[in-house]
Amino acid sequence: MYEFIAFYIFAISTVILFLITVLSKNVLYAMTSLAGGMVMISGFFFLLGADFLGVVQLIVYVGAVMALYAFAMMFFDTTKDVKEKYNSPRLVFLLGGLMAVVFVVIFSAPIIGENLQVASPITNGVGNAEAVGIVLFTKYLVPFEVAAIMLLVAMVAGIILAGKKMDESLTTTVLPLVDKESEDEILKKESR
Amino acid sequence: MDGTMLPEVTAVGVIIKAILILAVISAIAGFGTYIERKVLAFMQRRVGPNHVGPYGLLQLAADGIKLFTKEDIIPQHANRLIFAVAPAITAATAFIALGAVPVFPGFTIPFVDVYVPSIASDVNVGILFVLGMMAAGLYGPLLAGMAQSNKWGILGSARTAIQFLSYEVVTGLSLLAPIMMVGSLSFVDFNNYQSDGTWLVVYQPVAFILFLIAGYAETNRTPFDLLEHEAEIVSGYVTEYSGMRWGMFFIGEYANMITIGIIASVVFLGGYNDWWIFPGWIMILAKIAFSFFFMLWVRAAWPHVRPDQLMWLCWKVLMPLAVINVVITGIVMMAG
Repeated sequence: MYEFIAFYIFAISTVILFLITVLSKNVLYAMTSLAGGMVMISGFFFLLGADFLGVVQLIVYVGAVMALYAFAMMFFDTTKDVKEKYNSPRLVFLLGGLMAVVFVVIFSAPIIGENLQVASPITNGVGNAEAVGIVLFTKYLVPFEVAAIMLLVAMVAGIILAGKKMDESLTTTVLPLVDKESEDEILKKESR
Repeated sequence: MDGTMLPEVTAVGVIIKAILILAVISAIAGFGTYIERKVLAFMQRRVGPNHVGPYGLLQLAADGIKLFTKEDIIPQHANRLIFAVAPAITAATAFIALGAVPVFPGFTIPFVDVYVPSIASDVNVGILFVLGMMAAGLYGPLLAGMAQSNKWGILGSARTAIQFLSYEVVTGLSLLAPIMMVGSLSFVDFNNYQSDGTWLVVYQPVAFILFLIAGYAETNRTPFDLLEHEAEIVSGYVTEYSGMRWGMFFIGEYANMITIGIIASVVFLGGYNDWWIFPGWIMILAKIAFSFFFMLWVRAAWPHVRPDQLMWLCWKVLMPLAVINVVITGIVMMAG
């Protein structure tokens, strides 16, 4: 009974929060509801008894959305609404609707076909984290390693993109006392 | 304190526990400001608050009246909703995190016979849950800074993001080594692992120090108080806040300090096990009090760092150390 109520609370709030994310014109509202929705999704994992995954969802997405906030801070004035450009609203509507239909079909097909089986059932006496670890390092070892390599590649690429003049710090650069324009020029040269 | 001896945990007990945590920790958070000022004054050879009441003890009440009666100002161009919600996020997540740590030992209320458990909600991934919740608490400063349409606020929230991205990896990796040794993520298991009297800090001194440093960054204590450093960015994310909304940020911050103290005590310093002639509940209170005092001591002793120094420290010094620590722990465990 409690699970039933909890499920609907989580479900409704997740849907509402993500709707705000998509429909709001204010960056701050969109980001905040995205973060809130992620937290609500972790509620489903806790309901299903997958504590470990629930907590991982919390930690990973809190961090990920935090990084998104940083971008929002750099590109938008967060207290004002964003003016969105609609070039072809019909195309957007069509593509978005098609995507939604495809996802519904993909996820509901096995349920309709009643072929939904638990691939790795919960074994008694084994903790949640242990169970995830066992599956991850036996059955799904290759995808796990491939994902690790992909992350490594992404990290190296990020470092190379951002890493020019990484040893010099703008905060510690001592600028000569000159007027504003030449100071800007020096800063420009520094960052190049 | 083994699981079989304990009475059944009832819903009433958990609710009483939750109310106790809220009441006691809020009070301690208020009292903490007084202690902090007195300790800092002692270390800097000043007097500290001494006008209100004996030894300035009633300063707390005076501050409380001031906070509650101050006008609640919302700036004109601020995003009103987010501005109003942000302090609640900090305070709420701090107390949710306290829900999964052993705060006081369990006890039974006489006459009505209700057992109040030690942990309000014993999640079996306790450590990760607490860390995740405390990380979510940083949304408070972040949103507050971005919603108030103030340059100092934006700087404060930019620094929040930086701080989060710096310390989070170190906290996780420093706790990983003790987690590997104990083989569980539950605070109860950590406590039981140390019940023979050997504290984990003996095996994991590096992890302990790394965790403390990351913990101080997490609660933005002084060596790393970038978010609101007065000399640089006025007050950072709290620039536009007044009254009780401002107070909620600080209740959250002090509650987080206590949470870090509890994690340090349970994971590294032997938890609530009996020691010599002292019962467990005195030990855990003493350890929490000491780690709180230690935070004030560190604040008095060290100057504050710049944001780039924090990033340098976390990514180039602490993270490699933590990784090396994890690898060595793994090798020793495989060999042993």
